[in-house]
Amino acid sequence: MTPRTVRVWKHVHKWTSLVCTLFLFILCLTGLPLIFHEEIDRALGATAAPDRAAADAPMISLDRVLEIGHAQRPNEAITFAVPDDDDPVWHLFIAPAINSPKVAAVVTIDGRTGRVLRVGDSTRSPVIKFITDLHTDLLLDEKGMLFLGAIGLCFVIAIVSGVVVYGPFMRRLDFGTVRERTRRLYWLDLHNLSGIVLAAWMLVVGVTGAINTLAQQIARHWQRTELVEMIAPWRNAPAPANPASAQRAMETALASAPGMKVSSIAMPGSLFAGGHHYGVFLHGDTPLTSKLIMPIMINAADGSFSESRELPWYAKALFISKPLHFGDYGGMPLKVIWALLDLVTLIVLGSGLYLWAVRLYAAPSRRSGTVTHALRPQAPEHP
Amino acid sequence: MINARRSLAQIFLLPAIIALVVVFGLVAALLGDGIWDMSSWLALAFPLALVGFFLCKRAR
Repeated sequence: MTPRTVRVWKHVHKWTSLVCTLFLFILCLTGLPLIFHEEIDRALGATAAPDRAAADAPMISLDRVLEIGHAQRPNEAITFAVPDDDDPVWHLFIAPAINSPKVAAVVTIDGRTGRVLRVGDSTRSPVIKFITDLHTDLLLDEKGMLFLGAIGLCFVIAIVSGVVVYGPFMRRLDFGTVRERTRRLYWLDLHNLSGIVLAAWMLVVGVTGAINTLAQQIARHWQRTELVEMIAPWRNAPAPANPASAQRAMETALASAPGMKVSSIAMPGSLFAGGHHYGVFLHGDTPLTSKLIMPIMINAADGSFSESRELPWYAKALFISKPLHFGDYGGMPLKVIWALLDLVTLIVLGSGLYLWAVRLYAAPSRRSGTVTHALRPQAPEHP
Repeated sequence: MINARRSLAQIFLLPAIIALVVVFGLVAALLGDGIWDMSSWLALAFPLALVGFFLCKRAR
């Protein structure tokens, strides 16, 4: 690399970093508690514990669960029925109208006793809900989400350019060198060491985070293309007056895909099902296949199988991105490691900002030709 | 500490190995439970251990 290209890369690193640093501080700080959202929600009592029933107590019919849920909110509509990951419990998502994308409430019902365990704004506690909203969209809904997606791309460029300038910087230094001669050198070396060591992890979390910001776009595109094509033959058919049993629809879907489990069920008329179908979304039961959703359309007139189609690549990319961003796929030790990696990322951000500020402050004296700067022994430094 | 110039290959050998270990760790926990999860913990703890090691080494 010529000195000129090094200088260009250093500028790229400096400016992309400056643009995203403030937001990355927010994302790292809000992301930290979100790694442990399940534990925090449980501690705050936001997770409803199922009734004590015999381990082999049978599940009551999903139709009965929907009735119980409807009785709770008679003037609103149930859009989704979602089985809990861990407990024999159904979460019913309630919206102002069946074709609304909003979630007005979540009613949690024990799948064996039929008792309403909890009615809340979401499945999360208010604190975690707030932190989640701040982290995903800065409380600005979709605009905020897309903005953070752009910040994510900026972060990715900052990491790549940081790795590029790491090369010339380390020409005369051993890997892991941390000099203590001055405070600036110390933080510079720490920035380089922690930055290069975490580069791969930060890249993965940055890229998957940016993909996650496209979640709504991806969902809408899937609805407009794949879903519309799957249910096209029923496009002009009137919605069935008496929809078939949801329990039967679920069983038909499960029978068509052995070894899979229910991820969620979209009710007829909702945005993920269309007017004439149940949208039964299944997932596998290994760590990888559990992230991949298989949509199965069940005719709501008679409960028969209509159509099923593997998710397109962009939707798969979204579902694979989620665990890789959240770090929630390898037990508690992985969450702790994720949190520590997040903390070291904060060191990278903080030291980078410090180095920029010091440079800014020192710049006038350097122009006046201070000897110590002129005699600095090693090749280009950054930022 | 400060000595001969290194080639880019020398400079990026260790970072490349670390990146491979990290990617392995990220993928391992996706592929399975049990031994896969454990190897993922070890692999992802590796970069943390390196930062800790070089900070302690400096202190001596």
